[in-house]
Amino acid sequence: MTPLDIETLLDDPKTKVIVCCGSGGVGKTTLAAALGLRAAERGRSVVTLTIDPARRLAQSLGLKELDNVPRRVAGVKGELHAMMLDMKRTFDEVVEAHTTPVKAAQILANPFYQSLSSSFAGTQEYMAMEKLGQLRASGQWDLIVVDTPPARSALDFLDAPKRLGRFLDGRFIRMVLVPAKAGGRGYARVVHVGLSLLTATMTKLLGTQLLTDVQTFVAAMDTMFGGLRERADATAALLRAPGTAFVVVAAPEPDALREASYFVDRLVEEKMPLAGVVVNRMQQTAVPRISATHAAAAADALDELAGTDARLAAGLLRVHAERMSVQTTEKRRVDGFSLAHPNVQLASVRAFARDVHDLAGLRELGAAVCQPAQPTAE
Amino acid sequence: MSHAQAGESRHGVDTDWDGVRLHVVTGKGGTGKTTVAASLALALAAGGRRTLLVECEGRQGLARLFDCPPLPYAERRVAAAPDGGIVYALAIDPEEALVEYLDMYYHLGPAGRGLRRLGGIEFATTIAPGVRDVLLTGKAYEATRRRVADEYVYDAVVMDAPPTGRIARFLNVNSEVASLARVGPVNRQAESIMRLIRSPQTAVHVATTLEEMPVQETIDAIAELHAHEIPTGAIIVNRAHEPLLPTALLKAASAGAIDLAALARGLKEAGLPADDDVIAGLATEAAEHAEQLSTERRLKAKLRAPDRPIYTLPDLDTTDVGRIYALAGRLREQGAA
Repeated sequence: MTPLDIETLLDDPKTKVIVCCGSGGVGKTTLAAALGLRAAERGRSVVTLTIDPARRLAQSLGLKELDNVPRRVAGVKGELHAMMLDMKRTFDEVVEAHTTPVKAAQILANPFYQSLSSSFAGTQEYMAMEKLGQLRASGQWDLIVVDTPPARSALDFLDAPKRLGRFLDGRFIRMVLVPAKAGGRGYARVVHVGLSLLTATMTKLLGTQLLTDVQTFVAAMDTMFGGLRERADATAALLRAPGTAFVVVAAPEPDALREASYFVDRLVEEKMPLAGVVVNRMQQTAVPRISATHAAAAADALDELAGTDARLAAGLLRVHAERMSVQTTEKRRVDGFSLAHPNVQLASVRAFARDVHDLAGLRELGAAVCQPAQPTAE
Repeated sequence: MSHAQAGESRHGVDTDWDGVRLHVVTGKGGTGKTTVAASLALALAAGGRRTLLVECEGRQGLARLFDCPPLPYAERRVAAAPDGGIVYALAIDPEEALVEYLDMYYHLGPAGRGLRRLGGIEFATTIAPGVRDVLLTGKAYEATRRRVADEYVYDAVVMDAPPTGRIARFLNVNSEVASLARVGPVNRQAESIMRLIRSPQTAVHVATTLEEMPVQETIDAIAELHAHEIPTGAIIVNRAHEPLLPTALLKAASAGAIDLAALARGLKEAGLPADDDVIAGLATEAAEHAEQLSTERRLKAKLRAPDRPIYTLPDLDTTDVGRIYALAGRLREQGAA
């Protein structure tokens, strides 16, 4: 296993963007905040973009409302800004930036747009990447730490820009929804037959009102298609650019490690700059000398003896045995992961007894992830 | 409902969910939602019933849980319940579901194929707002109400649904559809699905672990579902820890009042090293164990606020199919099925 040196990654002025990704429930949001805090306190000017933080974590970062603007975090030695993504507002801003005020107003008022901007599968992922592009373009910070949305598939955010591009290029949406555009081209007859069949189908299914809404929307969006596609391409390029580092966050659970595997393979396949994997919440023990089997056997032997001393020692040895066995299981899983991914750098973070939700906790977590990896027992 | 009746008479006890035919299981990511859904489907199948377990996030998590090959878009038998029940599973593929849906309700054979050729199916399932959710809920609705010769094909349908953050929007998608498409067959279909989801035949259960965020999301999700008039079911606490020490010792451990000299004597009796590192290390581990249990107790108390039945499942140290049977047994003991 090659250890992942997070400290060097954070300190390196060439690191401009860190994208934390992984499946839900592994502590990705908290870890992203901890990395941002540590980098800021080590002298970098940092902004962290979080998607859906726990209430108390948001409070500790001074994020009282979802206002889509980075705010300076109080109580930090150095410069840390934090913001929470407002998906709908980001989408509105994109629309406003790419078309005339009149067209923008039409689009924003369209019922189909309103539904699309708040529930399109992938909107959150796309908007997170869009916001990342904006923050990067502003040049105000020298490090941006992004937390990715808890996607249905952990990989959705990678596909989001591409998918949007496909949507914009889609023959379907152009031909069916804007029939006027198809006129005058070749294959007119074929297209016409297809069109009338499909338009009839759509009308039958959806009713004319919705179809009219969609057509109005597409007609209004048409002027900004080019701008949006360029934007999507630029975002995709930014993710591959030198200076971007992907950190995959996992927990030592079979499902989370399996997701991390998919993630790592996918990032490598797409030639995305993978820094490594952080396995969060690893059980640790203060008494590695006494193994689980040894502790359990000793506890059983002590049960045979009477007396308070023996009972006390037996109880505590059982707690230790349980811990050692969890630790062994987790270590075996992580070892399996590194066997399957020999070239992937790995860091592990100990489990904290308490929930991390304030700056002190984030500082402690940031320090833990930067500790040199413990030597692996043979 | 011959299956359901047979089940009831065999067991002679009321369960908490008599009359519920659609069980929706949600939960924050990482809380073991899929495991809980599978265990519930198995628990509900006991006594000769048939249940269908529906997976909608395309991860093939059910196939892994039941240790079978990846599920195609078809209902497959995945487990036999005690006393002759059967659990079927279905992994929904949204594209296939859309073609099937169009054909079933609107007899759009050739037009459906045309849509696919032009990218319409992909458009509809990945781009169009909520279409995916409409299809998933539509399929669950169809399976719940499917009858052959006046008998329900499944006594219960259990859905491994999207996580807590999306569950209310997911289940409510059809009312959004109904307000977008105000007339026509889509409108009628959407209204019927909403009627089932809001009826006493549906219960949305929330899986959680005893950690801050999952517990908070559980409470928030229940409130949100309530606001949408969607009936909530049980809170299912997964991976709860059992106390390893007697109460008096737990108290001493959390107060930092363990008798270290007595511990040293006890360790020596067992022939174990009893230097300061070992003594302090064991005391710290006991204190952390006590703290963990007290956190879990506090969070469990918080879960009582929404006034839903609470079932508790242990953290089992296995990943094989036996675990699902063990958890299903625990659910039945607690009245879930």
